[in-house]
Amino acid sequence: MEKQTNREGIKGWLNPTRYGIERFAYWLMRLTGLGLLAYFVAHIIETSTIVDGKDAWDKMLELTQTTEGHIILALVIGMSVFHTVNGIRVMLGQGGIGVGKPGRPDYPYNKPASLNNKHKLCIYASIGLAALAMLYGLQVMFGV
Amino acid sequence: MAAIAPQTLEEKPVAVESQSKSITLRISKFNPKTESNRNFVDFTIPYKKWTTVLDAILVVKENFDHSVGVRYSCRQSSCGSCGMKINGKPALACYTKISELNSNTITVEPMDNFPIIRDLVVSFERMFSAHKKLKPYIISEDSEITKDTKEFLQTPEDVEKYLQFSNCIKCGLCNSACPTMATDSSFIGPQALAQAYRYVADNRDKGKNDRLKIIDDSHGIWRCHFAGSCSKVCPKGVDPAMAIQLLRGYLLGFRK
Amino acid sequence: MRESVVMKIHYGTALGAVALVAIHILFRMTQNFADSLEFESVIANYEFLPYALLLEVILVLISIHGFNGLRVILLELRQGRTYEKAVTYGCIAAMAAVIIYGSRTILIAGMGIV
Repeated sequence: MEKQTNREGIKGWLNPTRYGIERFAYWLMRLTGLGLLAYFVAHIIETSTIVDGKDAWDKMLELTQTTEGHIILALVIGMSVFHTVNGIRVMLGQGGIGVGKPGRPDYPYNKPASLNNKHKLCIYASIGLAALAMLYGLQVMFGV
Repeated sequence: MAAIAPQTLEEKPVAVESQSKSITLRISKFNPKTESNRNFVDFTIPYKKWTTVLDAILVVKENFDHSVGVRYSCRQSSCGSCGMKINGKPALACYTKISELNSNTITVEPMDNFPIIRDLVVSFERMFSAHKKLKPYIISEDSEITKDTKEFLQTPEDVEKYLQFSNCIKCGLCNSACPTMATDSSFIGPQALAQAYRYVADNRDKGKNDRLKIIDDSHGIWRCHFAGSCSKVCPKGVDPAMAIQLLRGYLLGFRK
Repeated sequence: MRESVVMKIHYGTALGAVALVAIHILFRMTQNFADSLEFESVIANYEFLPYALLLEVILVLISIHGFNGLRVILLELRQGRTYEKAVTYGCIAAMAAVIIYGSRTILIAGMGIV
């Protein structure tokens, strides 16, 4: 079927390097979304141990409050910040805000107004803020 | 995927001016009716500063392998026929100069996300049907060809609202670059969505609600995630990503 | 339901969740991180009604946003009437299951039955 339709398939999503930072942000948005959903479900399950009493809760903490657990939590913090900041950018863009104004296109037509510096800056800012939040999270969790 | 031994102009003397610079042109050969795998055939082609990828393909057709399937017409990026994947990215072969690719090997393949007819030629059937579905014409009960009326006047500002979107030559590069098109066979696609906006933004048109109803579907405008790849590859400055976001503004209530 | 309505809900739940999760995280930072996770401290949080309500709203908002996001990705991955119906109903069922399971925790811990 794929051969007949010649669709790129999922590798069309997975190779984010060909079309600039906007495509990279699209890919990262999807990845962080899935990661956060997985964490959310896991978080609901881990916190539910509280209904089984103090021993069960402490046992769960023993499992999650480890170096690996803290690193995973730091990644979750980074994913949340990126997904939030980039999500707001995408939401505004999808409402037609900050995507430029239609006009008379000029040769060689290689600077589309929608892929403007405001959006690029927001993407870089969301990556930067995510990295900062991760560092702060690590500092809090490891109490350095 | 098999590679066939490279052929050069030296091996087969023909009346082509000898050049100091040359590239290897790798052409994807595949006939889905008779073959099960794609083959790449290599050719060594001389080029000048202004030689386009289409020129190089035509040198191959003229001198080495006339069976190479390629669709082209105007050779000046007006007809939208020669879209293909050039070194991994969709582009018009007539608009892409070899000297600007900065590569000694140029690989040409059929565009992704379109069924292959043969070699570099793909079928536009689905793109055209999505385009037609969105009513790409002015919808208005008034007519400018009745006796007592004049033509519909538009100010230059009115025209600028849709002018760039009317530049679309239906080459399909945007649909080929779109990540949603890579997996979603029911998605309308950036080409048709941009054309929907072209008519919605035209103040002579009264079909906005009809079109918004068509695109407000589970495989309609909401499957665009503003990755912007369509605008990145558009050779005519249409900027489908902008058109789609502006169009979505109507559905979100940001625009009236 | 029209897709535009679904997506408006998607955006609305995202904005709501961002604001409320920020408060949820701030609660963890009112004291030392490890101390805030102590059994007694967490139970006290659950028994504080406004905070329990906040957790419930977060649970509902993120479940809706997360599982609709998953539905979107799965709809784009493959097509077909049966598959698309299965994805839509599957995501609704998963969303409901997570909300019910999370609410059970909030209710039991909040009522001090632990």
